[in-house]
Amino acid sequence: MTSLVRAWGNASVRLYFADFVYRRVLPGRRTVKIHEYQAKDILRRYGVAVPRGIACFDVAQAVGAGSEHAASGWVVKAQIHAGGRGKGGGVKVVRSTLELRQRASEMLGMRLITHQTGPEGRLVKRLLIEEAIEIREELYASLVVDRHSQCVVLMASSEGGMDIEEVAAKTPDRIHKSYIDPLAGLGAQQAAEVAREIHVPGALTQQAVALLQGLYKAFDETDASLVEINPLAVTGDGRVLALDAKMTFDDNALFRHPDILALRDLDEEDEVEIEASKFGLSYISLDGNIGCLVNGAGLAMATMDIIKLYGASPANFLDVGGGASAEKVTEAFKLMLKNPKVEAILINIFGGIMKCDVIARGVVEAVREVNLSVPLVVRLEGTNVDLGKRILADSGLAIISAANMADAAQKVVAAAKRP
Amino acid sequence: MSILVDRNTKVITQGITGKTGQFHTHACAAYANGKSCFVAGVTPGKGGQTFEGIPIFDTVAAAKAATGATASVIYVPPAFAAAAIDEAVEAGLELVICITEGIPVRDMIRTRYAMRQTNTRLIGPNCPGVITPDEIKIGIMPGHIHKRGVVGVVSRSGTLTYEAVGQLMELGLGQSSCVGIGGDPVNGLKHVDVMKLFNDDPQTEAVIMVGEIGGTDEEECARWIKDNMRKPVVGFIAGITAPPGKRMGHAGAIISGGTGSAEDKLAVMEQCGIKVTRNPAEIGKLARSALK
Repeated sequence: MTSLVRAWGNASVRLYFADFVYRRVLPGRRTVKIHEYQAKDILRRYGVAVPRGIACFDVAQAVGAGSEHAASGWVVKAQIHAGGRGKGGGVKVVRSTLELRQRASEMLGMRLITHQTGPEGRLVKRLLIEEAIEIREELYASLVVDRHSQCVVLMASSEGGMDIEEVAAKTPDRIHKSYIDPLAGLGAQQAAEVAREIHVPGALTQQAVALLQGLYKAFDETDASLVEINPLAVTGDGRVLALDAKMTFDDNALFRHPDILALRDLDEEDEVEIEASKFGLSYISLDGNIGCLVNGAGLAMATMDIIKLYGASPANFLDVGGGASAEKVTEAFKLMLKNPKVEAILINIFGGIMKCDVIARGVVEAVREVNLSVPLVVRLEGTNVDLGKRILADSGLAIISAANMADAAQKVVAAAKRP
Repeated sequence: MSILVDRNTKVITQGITGKTGQFHTHACAAYANGKSCFVAGVTPGKGGQTFEGIPIFDTVAAAKAATGATASVIYVPPAFAAAAIDEAVEAGLELVICITEGIPVRDMIRTRYAMRQTNTRLIGPNCPGVITPDEIKIGIMPGHIHKRGVVGVVSRSGTLTYEAVGQLMELGLGQSSCVGIGGDPVNGLKHVDVMKLFNDDPQTEAVIMVGEIGGTDEEECARWIKDNMRKPVVGFIAGITAPPGKRMGHAGAIISGGTGSAEDKLAVMEQCGIKVTRNPAEIGKLARSALK
């Protein structure tokens, strides 16, 4: 008896993690993550077989989508930028228009909580209504850049589905890796080998080859950093389909893909982080009580590390970058001060390109513009340090000066504790 | 002795006429023996002009032919920087240092693939550069915080490297060479490549290895150190407190085993005989203790 449609969400935390790294990681740039239905739209254009489906933003649309398909059933899928939707109740199979209407009404506007959204969950504003598919086999395929070999690797497995992360951890030999020559691309022979490795039935090899080649072409031409198909399904009626699709993109390449930039869903992004990106600041919200403003990602992380060592917790990661102007610094400051959890602020600058006097001027302007209600510790070092320190001293503002990183951490943690 | 670059290295600056190129060429020419080292610039279309006395050429090949330069530093914007690396490699330069941040990974994959057939060494992209204190500085690091000495530094970070150097200076310790390999996932020299050079450098007596979360470069280097390194190595990994799933810093695709976590790296490093600290303010002291 072939299996019926199952609810699934995005599995593969390990590769989702790769996506997170790419999404969060490059200073000064925004990353774009897109919804499942958008990824499928892109992949469809590259000849990747996907189920018939329509993206919907309200119940009427959803019901209309159902009648368009006239399938034996549909799947109502919440569109959020997080995995684990199936287990969280965000993927439902329906067999009638009535059921479709009911599920769509329930899901739109619901707070979907999965193991990847955090306890606050995500508001569901978009649905994908797809034809229900009878799945015979669940395979797995993904493309990422392999740092070690410095090329793109196609990873595939016959053990696709929700437990792919366990497969990756416990039986890594079940994940087949195929490295792709950047000049030649993914040829039919290489793709056929992969299909064979993951036990695609012989009669369906051509379909699998076309699909895999389409995946690579999409990855290459869109400057993707991740394309993940889980499950890659062999269906009851003899098709090979990408049942779920996850795509993230190399932020460094977005300048040449304005169409992908346009797919951004601002509802899915942190408000402060969106604000920060407008000023070219790399900002990530965290949960602690010490606001941090640092130049350089490595030093910023080290600053967070030392704050923890001294017994407090960072409220944010903020890399002001190398060429920041006084205005940029002022904006960064204001962003941090918007966070009610912040009890003290630490500015740690080792200026190479960044000049200490520029930072100092920015800090003084910011403090004068907003009401600084929390203690401020500033540690300056490097280019123009003496000038920077003088500007701070001459400002007459209540700024606590620190001589080095340890001194800065100790002072800011102590300052936060004071009532 | 130092590694990679010294007072005699002749350097071409690609992208010399841009704002960044101008600013840093000026600073590098003013540092130590820089006036004799920075012998040419390249900006297509600006051949025949000069910048502060440095002749500008249309191509790397022309600059190399005229000056005998063996190295280049690249300040070209991200959309064109990979092509600039390609040009330097094709011209047969020995060393290319790419400062540019933001080069698409796809471009770097193709560039690195083409480099397999050549002997050119690439450092970066997205790196601060290389400095051999009191001899030559190629890149954006503040020269004045460095001084000649016996500690080698290799790091993925920029400002965190300056922090480590600053701490050494507080303790009166100088540096043989400081190499910023940068944070991009597809790049040139890795920690282990630089470590090999320090191993063979008579001037270097100890090495500081600065890493961060993502990838497995540090682990790979640690394993090589265990079997081969004849000098003490100390290390720091940034990002211990970075919450899982929210990573910050340089890009890394996690594929070839290892979780990329700071704790995993530190564990491997300690197993391989590298003394580490979890406190970034203690890097200098750690290096000093290794020299005793």
